[in-house]
Amino acid sequence: MNWVLFGQQLINGVSLGAIYAVIALGYTMVYGIIELINFAHGDVYTAGSFVALATLVLLGASGHMAAAALAFALAVTFAVTMLVMGATGIVIERFAYRPLRGKQRLAPLLTAIGVSFSIENLLQLWMGPSPVPFPQIVPNPFFSLGPLTVGQMQLVVIGSSLVMMAALQLFVHRTRLGKAMRATAQDWMAAEIMGIDINKTIALTFFVGSVLAGAAGVITGLFYGNIWFINGFRAGLIAFTAAVLGGIGNTTGAALGGFLIGFIEVMTAQYVGFQWATVAVFSVLILVLIFRPTGLLGQQLPERT
Amino acid sequence: MAAWRALRSIAGAPSRARLGGRVVQRIAPYRSPLLVLLLFLLYPLVDHNAGHVNAAADAAVYVLLALGLNIVVGFAGLLDLGYAAFFAIGSYTYAFAASPFYGLHLPFWPMLLVAAIIAGVFGALLGAPTLRLRGDYLAIVTLGFGEIVPTVFLNLQKYTGGTNGIVGIDQPVLFGYHFGFNPVPYYYTLLGIIMLSVVAILRLRDSRLGRAWLAVREDEIAAASMGINLTTTKLLAFSFGAFFSGFAGALYVAKLGIVSPDQFNFTVSFTILAMVVLGGMGSVFGVIAGAGILYEFQTLFLTDLTQWSHSLGAALHLPLLTRLNFVNLKFLLYGLGLIALMLLRPEGLFPERRIKAIITERVSEEIPPGDVTEVAGVAGSAPAAEGTPPREYAREE
Repeated sequence: MNWVLFGQQLINGVSLGAIYAVIALGYTMVYGIIELINFAHGDVYTAGSFVALATLVLLGASGHMAAAALAFALAVTFAVTMLVMGATGIVIERFAYRPLRGKQRLAPLLTAIGVSFSIENLLQLWMGPSPVPFPQIVPNPFFSLGPLTVGQMQLVVIGSSLVMMAALQLFVHRTRLGKAMRATAQDWMAAEIMGIDINKTIALTFFVGSVLAGAAGVITGLFYGNIWFINGFRAGLIAFTAAVLGGIGNTTGAALGGFLIGFIEVMTAQYVGFQWATVAVFSVLILVLIFRPTGLLGQQLPERT
Repeated sequence: MAAWRALRSIAGAPSRARLGGRVVQRIAPYRSPLLVLLLFLLYPLVDHNAGHVNAAADAAVYVLLALGLNIVVGFAGLLDLGYAAFFAIGSYTYAFAASPFYGLHLPFWPMLLVAAIIAGVFGALLGAPTLRLRGDYLAIVTLGFGEIVPTVFLNLQKYTGGTNGIVGIDQPVLFGYHFGFNPVPYYYTLLGIIMLSVVAILRLRDSRLGRAWLAVREDEIAAASMGINLTTTKLLAFSFGAFFSGFAGALYVAKLGIVSPDQFNFTVSFTILAMVVLGGMGSVFGVIAGAGILYEFQTLFLTDLTQWSHSLGAALHLPLLTRLNFVNLKFLLYGLGLIALMLLRPEGLFPERRIKAIITERVSEEIPPGDVTEVAGVAGSAPAAEGTPPREYAREE
C-alpha cells in the first residue's frame, strides 16, 4: 500500500468532510428541534455559493487585489452571504414549515421537497444550467508536510470549519438562546411553560443552521472554483448521511459524521473508483439506519413517525 | 349496495339467470369511470395528431407508475422517494431480454409480466431493510436506493451499456402486427393494462391484504396488536407497488426503443410522487387524474403557455414575455405547487375519505403553529388531550 497516497487522500478527505460537517450541523439542529428532515438545507448551502459569487462580482473582487482589500472583500462576502442565507432559512421556516407544524408527518416533508426544488430551479434560472466558475481570489500555495503536500485553501477550509463548529458549540451550550434551543428540543411544552418563545427559538435554529450552510457555500466556491445549481441535492443528502451517522440531534456527532463521510467518499473514489463514491456513501446511510439507527453518538431514539 | 348484499345473503347465491343483473349491479358504482374510459377509447379516433396521442401514451405510462406508487404511499402510508429505481429495474429487464445488447430477442408479452415480477421481487428486496424505519427515515433510505440503482446501472458499463444505455430495443408484435413507432397501438395497450391494473388494485384494496395496508397506514401499533403481520404487509406493499412500475418500465422502453440511466433520476421519483399527492393519496381514480393532469401540464400546457407568452410579448412589445420559457420553470412550478397544495389542500384534489380525515386532523402532542396564546391554550387543555392517545406519535420500541 502506498502510504503517501493514503495520507494525501486523508488530507483531501478531511477537507471535504469539513464542509459536509458544517452542512450536517444544520440538518441535525433542525431535526433535533422539530424532527423534520429539512430537504431544502442542501439547496440553501448551494444558494450560499451563488450569493457569494454575486457579492464578489459586485465588489469587483479579483486575484490581483491588495491583501487588505482582498481580506475586506472576503469578510463582506461572508457576512452578506451568511445574513442572506440566514434570512432565507427564517423565511422558509415561516412560510413552508410553520403552518404545517403539528399536522400529519408527510405534509412538511413534502413541502420541504417542494422548497428544495424551487430553490434549485431559481438558481438554475439565475445563473444557467451549467456549472459556473467561481473566482479563485485566495492564493493557494502548497506546503509540504514531510512527504505530503497540503494546500493553503485546504487549511482554510478545515480551519474555518473548526472555528464554526466551536462557535456553534459555545452558542448552544453557553448562551441563553442556546439553552432555549436545547430546552425546546428536549420538551417543547415544558419549555413553553418556562416562558421560552417556541416560535422564535425554532426560527433561530433555522437561522443559525442556514448561516452555517451559507458559510459552507462560500468556502465551497472558493475551494472548488466552480458551483452548480444541482450541487445542493447531492451534498445535502451526503451531509444528512453524516448527521445520521453521527447521531441525529447531536452537534458533535454531526461534525464527527461529516469527517467520516468525507473520508469514506475520498477513499472509495481512490481505491474502488470515483463513480462508486456516492453509492458507498448511501450504502453507509442505509447500513447505519438498519443496524444502528441512533448513530455513533446518538442517545435518543430517532424514530418518531 | 349494502341493501343488495343483505338481500343476496337472505336469498342465497344468485342464480345464473340473474348473473347479468348482478354484473350491472356491481359496475353501477363505477359508471362515471367507465364513461371516462369510453372517452379515452375514442380519443385516438378523434385526435389524429400523432404527437398528442404520443403524449397521451406517455402520460399513460406515468398513470401506471402513479397507480403503483399509490399502493406504497397511499394505501400503506410508506413514503417512498426512490420509486424510479423500480421503474429502472423493470425497464432494464425488458431491455436486457429484447435487444441486440445481449443478442436476446424474447417476445414482448411474456416479458412484460416477467419485468413486472422482477420489479416486484426487487420491491421486496429493497423494502426489507427499511422495515424497521418509519416516516422520514424511511423516506431518506428509499431516496438513497433511488440514487444507488441508476448509479449501478450507469457504472456497470460492461453489463448495462453505461451512459449510452441500451439501444435498438425490440418493439412489441401482436398477432403479426408490428407496433413500430406508431403511438396508437401503445396507447391502447397501455389503456388496457391500466384498466386491468385498476380493477386489480381496487380488488386488492378491498381484500384482506388491502385492508391490512390501510390499517397499517392509519395506526401501525393498533394494526399490529390486531394481529396484522407488519413485515409481510409492508413487504407486499413495496412488492405490489414495484410490480406495476415493471409494467410501466417494459412498455416505456419498448415504446422508446432506448434505455439509459439518466431516465430514472430523482426528478422522476419526485414527479410520480407529486402526481400521487396532487390526485389525492390513496384515491385510485384521483391518482389517475393527478398523473394525467400533471403530465399533460408539463408536456403540452407549458409549451403552449410559452408560445402564448411569446406571441403576447411580441404583440405588446414586452421583451420579458418573449424571453420567458415556462418549460424551464417546470420544477419551480412543481415545487411551489407542492408547497401550496400542502398548505391549502394537503389531501389532494380528489381525496379518499379516510385520508382526508387523517390529514386534516391535528396531532395533539406536536407543536401547534401560531402565536404564543394559541400554544398556551393547547397546553392548558393538555389533561383533556391525554385521554386520546396520540396516534402518529407512538413509538415501536
